[in-house]
Amino acid sequence: MALLEVENLKIYYFTGKGAVKAVDDISFSVDKDETLGLIGESGCGKTTAVFAIMRFAAPPGRIVGGKIIFEGRDVLTMSGEEVRLLRGQGIAMVFQAAQNALNPVMNVGNQITEVIHEHEKVTKAEAWERARKQLELVGISGDRAKSYPHEFSGGMKQRVGIAIATACNPRLLILDEPVTGLDVIVQRQLLNLVNDLREKFRLPIILITHDLSVIAETSSKVAVMYAGKIVEQADAISLYKNPAHPYSKLLIEAYPSIKGEKGKLISIPGAPPGLLNPPVGCYFQPRCPAAMDICREAEPTMVAKDGHIVACHLYK
Amino acid sequence: MALKGFAGFAIRKISAALLTIFVIICVNFFIFRVIPGDPVRLMFGDPRVSPQKIQEMYVRFGLTGTLWDQFVAYLNRLFLYGDLGYSFARKAPVLEVIASKVPQTLMLVITALIIAVALGTLLGAIAGWKTGTKFDSIIITISLTFYSIPTFVMGIIMLLIFGLYLGIFPIGGMVTIGAGLTGFAYVRDVLWHMFLPCGAIVVWYIGEYVIVTRNSMQDVLDQDYITSARAKGIKESAILRRHALRNAILPVVTITGVNVAFAVAGVIEAETVFGWPGIGRLVFSSVMARDYPVLQGLFLVFAVAIVTANLVVDLIYGYIDPRIKVGGGQ
Amino acid sequence: MSGLLKGLQDVRKFLKLLGTHKMGLVGVVIFVILGIIVIFAPYLRTVNPLRTGLYENILVPPNAQFWFGTDHLARDIWSQTLYGARIAFLVGFTSAGVTVVIGTLVGLVAGYFGGKLDEVIMRITDFFMMLPYLPLMIVFAAILGPSIRNIILVISIVYWPYTARVIRSQVLSLKERAFVESSRSVGASDRLLIFGEIMPNVVPLMFAEVVLMVTWAIYAEAVLAFLGLGDPTTISWGIMLNYAFNMGLMTYAPWWVIPPIACLCFTILAFTFVGTAVSDIMKPGYREARGL
Repeated sequence: MALLEVENLKIYYFTGKGAVKAVDDISFSVDKDETLGLIGESGCGKTTAVFAIMRFAAPPGRIVGGKIIFEGRDVLTMSGEEVRLLRGQGIAMVFQAAQNALNPVMNVGNQITEVIHEHEKVTKAEAWERARKQLELVGISGDRAKSYPHEFSGGMKQRVGIAIATACNPRLLILDEPVTGLDVIVQRQLLNLVNDLREKFRLPIILITHDLSVIAETSSKVAVMYAGKIVEQADAISLYKNPAHPYSKLLIEAYPSIKGEKGKLISIPGAPPGLLNPPVGCYFQPRCPAAMDICREAEPTMVAKDGHIVACHLYK
Repeated sequence: MALKGFAGFAIRKISAALLTIFVIICVNFFIFRVIPGDPVRLMFGDPRVSPQKIQEMYVRFGLTGTLWDQFVAYLNRLFLYGDLGYSFARKAPVLEVIASKVPQTLMLVITALIIAVALGTLLGAIAGWKTGTKFDSIIITISLTFYSIPTFVMGIIMLLIFGLYLGIFPIGGMVTIGAGLTGFAYVRDVLWHMFLPCGAIVVWYIGEYVIVTRNSMQDVLDQDYITSARAKGIKESAILRRHALRNAILPVVTITGVNVAFAVAGVIEAETVFGWPGIGRLVFSSVMARDYPVLQGLFLVFAVAIVTANLVVDLIYGYIDPRIKVGGGQ
Repeated sequence: MSGLLKGLQDVRKFLKLLGTHKMGLVGVVIFVILGIIVIFAPYLRTVNPLRTGLYENILVPPNAQFWFGTDHLARDIWSQTLYGARIAFLVGFTSAGVTVVIGTLVGLVAGYFGGKLDEVIMRITDFFMMLPYLPLMIVFAAILGPSIRNIILVISIVYWPYTARVIRSQVLSLKERAFVESSRSVGASDRLLIFGEIMPNVVPLMFAEVVLMVTWAIYAEAVLAFLGLGDPTTISWGIMLNYAFNMGLMTYAPWWVIPPIACLCFTILAFTFVGTAVSDIMKPGYREARGL
């Protein structure tokens, strides 16, 4: 039994014009020793899907179907109180670097002790000591616990976010675009930190990103999302070596290599489909270099092929 | 040590305020000198005064000599003697006339402010937290109405409703004339008279605080740190207290400074309508009596009050917002 | 030409949106009623509001002849109320117009040219905003003397800084936008940029400011008149209240007080509601939230 099993998850946005199928029947799982990287373009639904794991659905979005089974229990059928207790302690999340994820009028130490006090019975002194330790753990001096968020740089704020998220030893950690918007040196430092923590605590991680190199550095398993659907899942190395789905192929090819010949930059022409009235057949078909007639008529189903799971008519 | 953080901030704000006050004093002088016609005639208003008396007055009030001489004399009188001029209509120094009425106005305004801030921010915070509900819609409509209707209009409405039709509250003055009450009965009498004028001011104030707090709360609730707090599993009540409110009140504090100009207008209007003997009504009676020296003095008092209030608010805000107090990132 | 057509289309779209806002609708309805009163006042059973009447008709409560009763000089209050709307609209719109024009010019210049000029202008503007507006208006009105023209002048002198600030903010943020840089890079002159690029984006804000300033102006005229600084050759709602108040007849003759009070309330609320509706509509997400 995997730690987390997401089955047939559907999340729709109900606007005046109709239902937008932001996440349309996706399934994936995460095991104790895995790091799942979820990759896709902006708007493909990856963040929406992962937020649902903590049962976050911003209106007008609603989770309309599927199961999210964490440690054997379906999150979607838990009571509000049970979900609340799960958050921060069973499953924890670190938000995007660019976001305002830290309360500007609370010092960082208190933002850490806050989550500790919520889930454990400790004295104020103990909690504060732990907060300091958490900061040290992510590479920030414990003396800075009294500082306020605006006194930190973007990369350091991310570290604080990680310190807060890991404070109660969660069993699953979610990182939403952890290095987007940070410069490359800081990116590397942060990713190293993430890898260290993962090894030290054997922490399963779900990582959302649109940047292939981040996946390459951190993930053991990859799921590629497009227009609300998962088009391919495989372990990271297989995906890079032999991408099965045309979209995955293009994504990997689009990423320029530092080594080797200078070539033309490849991009994927076109844009993802609107999800209000999605096209018939395969969603990727309008932009797909390998499109066949059947792609215009029927949606492909997920099949297994050489250790990958792909949704493409090329494979049966 | 270099003047950083709060001390530096405070000193800069205070110097700016003092400079502004000085400029206001100068402007105050020139506005009244710019009047077409003879300033002395204006100040006198009484045509029976003899030419010698007039000449004396010219000298005494530094109206001889060039405009610059007069200006210097004015500044001298103001800073050395605290002399704001002389009111011929009331036959007393302007400072005395004004000072005797200030306590009554303060009584009114401070009470109104306390009630309005307490109720207004509370209601506004709840309305913001519960945006989109029926409760919220009712609150905004009422608050917007309270905020838009001029204080004197509201005062007259209250006067008619409570004073005339319901006959509950007295409709004018500060005390019941000729009653000769003392002690507790006196206090009760004053409070009874204070209810309506204070109420008229409160109504506008509450409207504003509800609107500002609600907007601020809505902005705060959109922020990512609220979602982030939920992701930590924090209880909703704690989120409201520690994360939402703490951030939402910051703009509310700033607003209090801007408000003072509106409060001044409200005070003038409310005191006039209800005959409350404060400096607000003094404005009205001075206009009626063409008592320009008092008007000039009142203008100065109000302007300085506004600058001071803004200064105090700036300092308080600087203290409670850590982004200013600690001053700057790494 | 096509710009004009598109402009008209935008206006139609905008009006349709306005129709979806409950508050806005109420405001528009009241505004239309007021408009009718302003235009058709002479045809709505009115007489010259200043015409004094017979002794026995002094302070008469509402009856068949005098629908709203009479005042202390036996003048018809119904007529006064209806013609008062004309004064309110005249002063309101004229002052608002002047204020917004001055404020926009100042805001444009300060925002666009920036630098020292901006600093100096903003210092002056901020200083004016520090002064208490009601005592300031009172002082100016007392000095200049009571007349409609002076009142309009006083209102504009006191209120322009607020508009200037708002417009300047908008200009500053517009300046940041790419199209200004790109237009500059192809050699557009300042004047072309200001009138061609920035102004069209500032115009909607100007309209919003006009709506706001009309409420402030109507208030200003009313309060000045109430305090005794109104134009004695006219009868505005504020002046009606001033007479009733000064004679101590407010509680004796409520029919004298209620019409101007009600009119002031409705007029101010109408513009406020429309103003709120407009700013709500302009906020991003308005359409989505209502599923339009």
